[in-house]
Amino acid sequence: MIVEYIIDAFVIILVLLGLFFLFTATVGLLRFPDFYCKLQATGKGDTLGAILILLGVILYNLHDFSLNNFLVCLKILFIIIFIFHANPVATHAITKAGLDADVKPLTKEDIRK
Amino acid sequence: MENFFIFTIIVIGILVILCLYRAIFGPTVMDRIVAVGVIGTKTTVILVLIGIYYKRVEMFVDISLAYALLNFIATLAASKFFRTRKSILPGTKFMKDREAEK
Repeated sequence: MIVEYIIDAFVIILVLLGLFFLFTATVGLLRFPDFYCKLQATGKGDTLGAILILLGVILYNLHDFSLNNFLVCLKILFIIIFIFHANPVATHAITKAGLDADVKPLTKEDIRK
Repeated sequence: MENFFIFTIIVIGILVILCLYRAIFGPTVMDRIVAVGVIGTKTTVILVLIGIYYKRVEMFVDISLAYALLNFIATLAASKFFRTRKSILPGTKFMKDREAEK
């Protein structure tokens, strides 16, 4: 069936895009100089990568449509919604903790040293 | 298609090992908390992909959802703890002392 091949192509595209964003988040976590820069890289890249890969999984799971499969896809959609809300909240909480604990952000003077 | 999902699992596993470097050798405590949160998000994705590989998605999705909830709570608790109770960098003061100075 040619429809299945098209769905498979979309799944592969979504998962590869998600892998790219996860890789970007990891590189940012390893290479950025400051704690706040690392938060910026991981807070966005990790959320988007996880959401794209889970969307690809939903699309793959809908191959043979039945009520059971549909409920599983609904649960994966719940995971996506939860990650979409929880990851920014966690990032905000860590940033607030860092500011309250007197961690100084990186400035131009620090780079020139 | 199964081979592609195995490839995805292996690549995410390598990324988790790279993040583990920051969690072990991170210069400050906050770096470690961030790294643990990132590893938790990646583990959520890996669990769903493992379910697809074993053809038992309906079981692994529940585990994955529980792991996402636990990861969120752990990050919040750790950040709340280190916000008030500890001085994170050497040389900085406790939050209570700084408020007392004001």
